[in-house]
Amino acid sequence: MAVLLLAEHDNETLNDATAKTVTAAQAMGGDIHILCAGSDCGAVAAQAAKLDGVAKVLCAKDAAYGHDLAEPLADLIISLAGDYDHIVAPATTNGKNVIPRVAALLDCMVISDISAVHGPDTFERPIYAGNAMATVKSADPKKCITVRGASFDAAGEGGSAAVEEIGAVANPGLSEWVEDKVVESDRPELTSAKRIISGGRGMGSKENFEIIEKVADKIGAAVGASRAAVDSGYAPNDYQVGQTGKVVAPELYIAVGISGAIQHLAGMKDSKVIVAINKDEEAPIFQVADYGLVADLFDAVPKLDAAL
Amino acid sequence: MKVLVPVKRVIDYNVKVRVKADQSGVDLANVKMSMNPFDEIAVEQAIRLKEAGQVEEIIVVSVGVTKSQETLRNALAMGADRAILVEATDNVENDIEPLAVAKILKAIVDEEQPGLVLMGKQAIDNDMNATGQMLSALMGWPQATFASKIEMEGDSAKVTREVDGGLQVISVKTPCVMTVDLRLNEPRYASLPNIMKAKKKPMETKTPADYGVDVAHRLTIEKVEEPPARKAGVIVGSVEELVEKLKTEAGVL
Ligand SMILES: Cc1cc2nc3c(=O)[nH]c(=O)nc-3n(C[C@H](O)[C@H](O)[C@H](O)COP(=O)(O)OP(=O)(O)OC[C@H]3O[C@@H](n4cnc5c(N)ncnc54)[C@H](O)[C@@H]3O)c2cc1C
Ligand SMILES: Cc1cc2nc3c(=O)[nH]c(=O)nc-3n(C[C@H](O)[C@H](O)[C@H](O)COP(=O)(O)OP(=O)(O)OC[C@H]3O[C@@H](n4cnc5c(N)ncnc54)[C@H](O)[C@@H]3O)c2cc1C
Repeated sequence: MAVLLLAEHDNETLNDATAKTVTAAQAMGGDIHILCAGSDCGAVAAQAAKLDGVAKVLCAKDAAYGHDLAEPLADLIISLAGDYDHIVAPATTNGKNVIPRVAALLDCMVISDISAVHGPDTFERPIYAGNAMATVKSADPKKCITVRGASFDAAGEGGSAAVEEIGAVANPGLSEWVEDKVVESDRPELTSAKRIISGGRGMGSKENFEIIEKVADKIGAAVGASRAAVDSGYAPNDYQVGQTGKVVAPELYIAVGISGAIQHLAGMKDSKVIVAINKDEEAPIFQVADYGLVADLFDAVPKLDAAL
Repeated sequence: MKVLVPVKRVIDYNVKVRVKADQSGVDLANVKMSMNPFDEIAVEQAIRLKEAGQVEEIIVVSVGVTKSQETLRNALAMGADRAILVEATDNVENDIEPLAVAKILKAIVDEEQPGLVLMGKQAIDNDMNATGQMLSALMGWPQATFASKIEMEGDSAKVTREVDGGLQVISVKTPCVMTVDLRLNEPRYASLPNIMKAKKKPMETKTPADYGVDVAHRLTIEKVEEPPARKAGVIVGSVEELVEKLKTEAGVL
């Protein structure tokens, strides 16, 4: 019994979604081997080797793995799969892209976005935008799984696993990377932030978003958005929180000018403390908020900024 | 080039689902069902490619109960040319797993030879986010998932993908599978004349057995429960009170 765990990284730093996935993997049973695949991921492999509970790190360095293209990455995982009962990855866009492909190649059903492990073959996962929790049992010989980071604590960093360099497999050459359009930011990343302040359609414009960005910088928070805010061009797509965006569970989530549609709640309702600022006292967001403030955000947010 | 668009009939996104008391699933009796919103976007994209002269024929497929006909008619009314209904179950609560759906779609792709399969990135009922990637694997084709922009360029396509860090642009060879994200386009509404016309468009009915696919589940649902409810909160009177409570009561500032 062993678990192969695909690391999430950018060739420089290991994303903490990996450490959270290690915690989930520990409950599946067996040795945990982390696979770092990238163009030059030696530093990432060294970070992965420090995670508690990891027995070995496999490091595959090749240009073909530099941009997380699904086809070469899936072929690499398949070449290793024989030794493992569980093949897991964080439920990041990268994990969601590659793991179902691996599962189909192994003739197994994928188990996406699990939120709890009840045993080697039994898992809990949210369905219907988190309005129901399903416990599913897999009859497949290998379990291919993606793990919801917001549901697990990160593994500690007291380990010292061995790092083994492994070779690349032939690149099928079906797709090519063209470019990344990434906005650099000094703010914490949404999925690992302890505090988040999100804006919705009520923000009214991209410029107005600055008032919540100021609050974010004051309290060290990440900035999020509803789909309506992203669709309207007030915020970039990677800010979207919800069923089809990012799932977050920070200690503090402040929703500003967000009505609280079920698709948005799906992404944030497991936050420890939820604050809602909305001028409509009937807004559904107040049903999940621990603290609600019925107020015009253009009045309340600058006051909040001043009070912090 | 032909385009294949798989469309799934799901609970309408406005419906608040209820978990059944016996924990066997969610209540789907007498609730409003609609086309999966992502699939409407895929159909719309196929129609735009056809309008741009890059596609000759749009075939829509649905795997599920007989009533999935309605979903297919809706796609035909939007502008698809013909439909294939694969009747895989007579129980609306028996959802066919992505692996089985992908195997059926593979058989259809082998028969129809489309240059492109456009599908939703996820179905909003089970949120698996898997069928497109699985079909692409079974075909040995490239996959371009979570697409927010698609530019066809001869025998390849440039696709902008919504990823965690922002956007990634990749180039894939055709034939390929693309799964679409929300911001790709705004689907049109079917006009009344087109709804009438759609009734005359061809719809074939098949079964999984016709394609030699076993739809038995690999995953069994042990139980379906309500998520834990949040305890009721309080309405505060002012920003000062809010900050005070966050500092002392909640301890998060
Ligand atoms: C398939 C599908 C997937 C989806 N996925 C997501 C998802 O991942 N994430 C997501 O967020 N949505 C998602 N949605 C969209 C979702 O249904 C809602 O449309 C969206 O969340 C609404 O965003 P909003 O709350 O910002 O806007 P609105 O619903 O328009 O709410 C705006 C709120 O701002 C308040 N307001 C306005 N002005 C002020 C002011 N001056 N001061 C204070 N309050 C003010 C209003 O009272 C209102 O409550 C999805 C929808 C579909 C169909
Ligand atoms: C009430 C209920 C009962 C269930 N019971 C069981 C059970 O008893 N045992 C069990 O193992 N599982 C059961 N399931 C789970 C189910 O079998 C799968 O987990 C589910 O199919 C996941 O896929 P998805 O629809 O989320 O696909 P996704 O991979 O998210 O879908 C992506 C895209 O694929 C295409 N697509 C997907 N399905 C179809 C389709 N049928 N026709 C055409 N196109 C399609 C669409 O383009 C769609 O946008 C049940 C689910 C529900 C809701």
